[in-house]
Amino acid sequence: MTGTRTTCPYCGVGCGVIAGRSAKGAITIAGDADHPANFGRLCSKGSALGETLGESGRLLHPIVRGQRVDWNVALDTVAHGFADIVAKHGPDAVAFYASGQLLTEDYYVANKLMKGYIGSANIDTNSRLCMSSAVAAHKRAFGEDLVPVSYADLEVADLIVLVGSNAAWCHPVLFQRMLAAKAQRPQMKLVVIDPRRTATCEFADLHLPVKAGTDVWLFNGLLAWLHRSGFSDAAFVEQYTSGMAQALAVADATAGDTAAVARACGLDERQLVEFFALFARHERAITMFSQGVNQSSAGTDKANSIINCHLATARIGLPGMGPFSITGQPNAMGGREVGGMATMLASHMDLENAQHRRTVQQFWNSPAIANKPGLKAVDLFEAMHAGKVKAVWIMATNPVVSLPDADRVREALRRCDLVVVSDCIAATDTNALAHVLLPAAAWGEKEGTVTNSERRISRQRAFLPLPGEAKPDWWIVAQVAQRMGHREAFAYENAHSIFVEHAALSGEDAAGNRAFDISGLAEISGSEYESLPPLRWPVPARIARGDGGDSFSIAQRFYHPDGRARFIATAPELPVHRTSQEFPFALNTGRIRDQWHTMTRSGRSPRLTSHITEAYVDLHGDDAERLGLREGLLAQVTTRWGSAIVRVRCSGEMQPGSIFVPIHWSDQFCSHGRIGALVNPVVDPISGEPEFKHTPARVERFAAAWFGFALTRSSIDTSSLDWWTRSDGTDCVRTELAGQQSLPDVRAWAAHLLGSGEEQVDYRDDSKGVYRSAVISGNRLQSVLFIARNAELPDRGWLSSLFRKKVLSIADRDLLLLGASARPGADHGPVVCSCFGVARGAIVSAISKQSLQTPQDVGRVLRAGTNCGSCLSEIKQLLAAR
Amino acid sequence: MSTIDLWQSICDLDDLLPDCGVAALVGNRQVALFRVGASVHAIDNFDPHSGANVISRGIVGDIAGEPVVASPVYKDHFSLVTGRCLENIEHSVRPWPVRVHGNRVWIRKEPRKVARRRKLVVIGNGMAGMKVVEDLLARAPGIYDITVIGAEPHGNYNRVLLSPVLAGEKQFDDIVLHPLDWYLDKGVDLHIGDPVVNIDRIRRVVRARSGREHAYDRLLIATGSKPIILPIPGNDLEGVVTFRDLQDVNSMLAIAKSHRNAVVIGGGLLGLEAANGLARQGMTVTVVHLCDSLMERQLDRPAAQLLQESLERRGLTFRMAAKTAAIVGAERVTAVRLEDDVLLPADLVVMAVGIRPNIDLAQAAGLHCARGVLVDDTLQTFDPSIYAVGECVEHRNSTYGLVAPLFEQATVCAAHLAESGLGRYVGSIASTQLKVTGIDLFSAGDFLGGPLSEALVLRDPQRGVYKRLVIENNQVRGAVLYGDVKDGSWYVDLITKQRDISSVRDKLLFGATAAGVGG
Repeated sequence: MTGTRTTCPYCGVGCGVIAGRSAKGAITIAGDADHPANFGRLCSKGSALGETLGESGRLLHPIVRGQRVDWNVALDTVAHGFADIVAKHGPDAVAFYASGQLLTEDYYVANKLMKGYIGSANIDTNSRLCMSSAVAAHKRAFGEDLVPVSYADLEVADLIVLVGSNAAWCHPVLFQRMLAAKAQRPQMKLVVIDPRRTATCEFADLHLPVKAGTDVWLFNGLLAWLHRSGFSDAAFVEQYTSGMAQALAVADATAGDTAAVARACGLDERQLVEFFALFARHERAITMFSQGVNQSSAGTDKANSIINCHLATARIGLPGMGPFSITGQPNAMGGREVGGMATMLASHMDLENAQHRRTVQQFWNSPAIANKPGLKAVDLFEAMHAGKVKAVWIMATNPVVSLPDADRVREALRRCDLVVVSDCIAATDTNALAHVLLPAAAWGEKEGTVTNSERRISRQRAFLPLPGEAKPDWWIVAQVAQRMGHREAFAYENAHSIFVEHAALSGEDAAGNRAFDISGLAEISGSEYESLPPLRWPVPARIARGDGGDSFSIAQRFYHPDGRARFIATAPELPVHRTSQEFPFALNTGRIRDQWHTMTRSGRSPRLTSHITEAYVDLHGDDAERLGLREGLLAQVTTRWGSAIVRVRCSGEMQPGSIFVPIHWSDQFCSHGRIGALVNPVVDPISGEPEFKHTPARVERFAAAWFGFALTRSSIDTSSLDWWTRSDGTDCVRTELAGQQSLPDVRAWAAHLLGSGEEQVDYRDDSKGVYRSAVISGNRLQSVLFIARNAELPDRGWLSSLFRKKVLSIADRDLLLLGASARPGADHGPVVCSCFGVARGAIVSAISKQSLQTPQDVGRVLRAGTNCGSCLSEIKQLLAAR
Repeated sequence: MSTIDLWQSICDLDDLLPDCGVAALVGNRQVALFRVGASVHAIDNFDPHSGANVISRGIVGDIAGEPVVASPVYKDHFSLVTGRCLENIEHSVRPWPVRVHGNRVWIRKEPRKVARRRKLVVIGNGMAGMKVVEDLLARAPGIYDITVIGAEPHGNYNRVLLSPVLAGEKQFDDIVLHPLDWYLDKGVDLHIGDPVVNIDRIRRVVRARSGREHAYDRLLIATGSKPIILPIPGNDLEGVVTFRDLQDVNSMLAIAKSHRNAVVIGGGLLGLEAANGLARQGMTVTVVHLCDSLMERQLDRPAAQLLQESLERRGLTFRMAAKTAAIVGAERVTAVRLEDDVLLPADLVVMAVGIRPNIDLAQAAGLHCARGVLVDDTLQTFDPSIYAVGECVEHRNSTYGLVAPLFEQATVCAAHLAESGLGRYVGSIASTQLKVTGIDLFSAGDFLGGPLSEALVLRDPQRGVYKRLVIENNQVRGAVLYGDVKDGSWYVDLITKQRDISSVRDKLLFGATAAGVGG
């Protein structure tokens, strides 16, 4: 291996990455074959990391109220601003809003400052939006937030139940590991429980299209059925658990009748019983759950209803079994470990526990210690809106896009006296509201650790110099802390010095009573830290330097005071806001395959952007027809909280009455696609996690007078456009357009939009409202614009490919304003395989011309699907559609 | 004799199997009956070549649309309509008239006459007339003795290509379609330089200037057109020419060698080609055009503008919206005076203000004429023995001056002269291409459009491409193409066949290949 071993900054799988340099000096990205999370595989997003680097678009200098300043001024502004407000209004008038993108060391320092030195627990994080329901469920069931399953368990399981997880797209590498295991052991069963027929379902033995929000009925039903059918393990329950009787009573009362459960969940009863029987038959069963479970007003109960079934059957703590929460972010786990949430103290210790508070305060030797939970994300921004929290420091996240009721979040930030944002990107919807912008180091520039979904701590290592004046987050926070008067406590020299302090704290007064214990790493040297291999916690002092994960069996030891795991009685509740005549659709939100969060980084990769280029609303074909919609048109989606205008898609994944919109698009990329603004701000009463998966919504046709798109060499001015969405391609910027007013002088309008060049070519069919034009300079294509009244526009692939050419050939030019090559080929259609840039057209044509039968055939001929495999489900669909 | 005695009832229609022959005895003669499609045909069952009664056993088919039967012995083909033997007219058999009443098939007891060699005289050795001769020879060799009488002292040449000859890009030999040897080879009796002066329809003879007479069974008039001479003073001066034939070209070339200034009156297709040719020969050329837009009968304004700019870059000067008042000079022309008294120096004046069908002979012979010789859809004149094709005819109120429609007429005319009785000429969509090297220009149909029409327009000015299609009711009605004309014939096809283009509308202007319908 040459290059730097580091860890991917995207999802919770936490894949090892090797960043190297090509002979020409360009950054190369490869999977780390030795990393136990991925063994060399990378998904499309990970593979494209190299394309997201570089200084363009970066925040490179501190900015205070629009003016570039030096670090001293910026840090003083933040320190004095926070100190003043604390002095005037108390510590709870300030807050930090952090992120699962932060490294553990960054998180630790921020948490320490807020809870030990400012003296408030008002530090919450975007992890609240992601897996806090799983955390709460773990704590309720196990007494501590621990994940009792490893990735290797997935490979030896006989049954994997995926609940609310589109792993094929959201955790592709882990999903590929499961598929590889399934290929080796075809008897291994895969069940998917999801209201949508996602890409993951392509590989499932059984898909239960459960009605949104009814998971608790389903798992209560399973618990009752298992017990009734004699599958519960009385000895295990007796010896290691408590509370089964109450949980079972509730399950029986609410889901004791299988037919009723099927009705409640909108399932076919035979399928439901088939699932129950599968679960009963396979001892090595893993129920892997994700946002579809967590992001709910009953998220914690849903997770507990799953855990209940594993406890009742003793399917926990042995290889190949257990409830498995898979996290969305690279370091959600690390944040949980340091306690970087409003509901925790530090190092898996509790705010409410006086002994814990003493331990931490003594360890930190801090002037204060928070003694009550702080405000959870949604409440925190509500408190800003109400003027109770007056200063906020947002780190590495974009709440104006990602939080529910996001327009209110925007307003809340406007009402704050001081908004500080540290980020690596200059232009984000949140940055627009900041008084102080602090340039943070990005992936590849910063040093530290992250913990993945299987409790594995891996190093992120720098392989690039810090650009401009960017600094690591821990340094920024420590500098502010020092300027607030806490010089000694925050005199960190580097990430290593923070890590060892964090490791030491984890062992402080632990005495084997806390699962999270990495005190075995508290004394590692700087060079040992530098070369720290990926390892799973716990690493208690007595097995220092070993990988504690493999010998760690939690089944025999839970962390409630009585050492038992607890059944939780879960009474099913429907989503808080129900659909109505006015808002008849259930709006679901989620990720797509090739984008990450608010696209501030993945949106910079042309490869990733070419899979799905714009926000959309997916809905059932019957619903679309009823509403007068079809693919390609625009729909306005409206909820009580906000409204969006996005492209109509009928993927076939949706059930009637439910719609799906991806979460990624922000005002940076489109005019009306920020879906957070539509999501109801309802949260789970225990975890505080918002109900992203269910908001009542209305869908209408957006009455556009015309549709169009522009491909240009640089971004166009979108300020005068009614509707637009932009995506950056390899050689051109694509902007989709629509307008509500007809264009009286379309030629002049187009010339204004595209700017001038040596040559202008145009085509018009006025009675159909068709206008197409191109600007060419030096026989090189500069821009094209296509407008049509009816949204019938050519595929953008071929036209985009023309921007790659130094000169246009005569043949290209002849067809330029047709917008398609005479023979649709490799450039046709959206990119399916982002790793190798293979478009749908190429796959479809290879399938038919060469009579390809299997995804492996396609891979052999085109390479598509042979790297990360996350496009295999789409390739399967193309094969099936042949 | 009552009518009924003329006809003999043969059988029920249902007794005849489609595409199968059967022999019937009519009187004491064998007749072969064939049911082909909706028709029943009858010809002699006796095959003169083999001397056997076998025709009814032959295989039925068609050659170029004409139903035929192949004799089972030597495989000669016999027209089921005329009985003519396609391989050798001497072997032709007699056709028998057939009627079907209700379900009953009747044959007249007397056959028609057997086909014999007849005389066809063609007046005009130009492109239209010779195209008829060519098609006729291919379709039915030997059914006529053909005589062609031409006014010009050459074999048939491609008049369309006189422009490149004038421009010096081609030589006369390059544009000859039928050299004198060809006429010899084909047995066509050619008389050149001795124009016809009279048609005697009663005696069925034509008389040439030399007094020589040619008898005909069928006459084909293909006398073409004459250039219009403006009725202005000086129009007969030396150095004033038209642009019609090789002699005109030779006159122009001779003057170009020794003189400098040329004025072309008329900015239409022919005028511009002449002007370009003369400029290529080194003359300083001014084009005087009555209208303010060139080729206004073929081009819309944007295309005309592109054309004018392009020709100006080639050194031509234009006087637009200008009317010629007189041609000035003593014996030779020295200048052209415009109505606004501007005097344009001129050593050569080319009048290219239009053509008129040449109907002098036809009119004198008493054939019904309007602007041209009136013909029906089979190109027959009011005299059933006389056909006419080309620029001299008027068909359905239209006259044509372009080559494509003339060829279409010729093909239909040849089919009827060949007695296959097939094909109808229903008019042509006028389409034009300018023969100026480096300028690609095409126009067809109703390129301006009316209040109900829609237009597709492509503009690529720097590259010199302009295309406009006129659409009405989802059909192409007209086209103007400038700079890229390769799809012209496809558009003409769409216009002619009135195809519904809604499914390819967006691709239409980008050509047949792009629209996925050919190329």
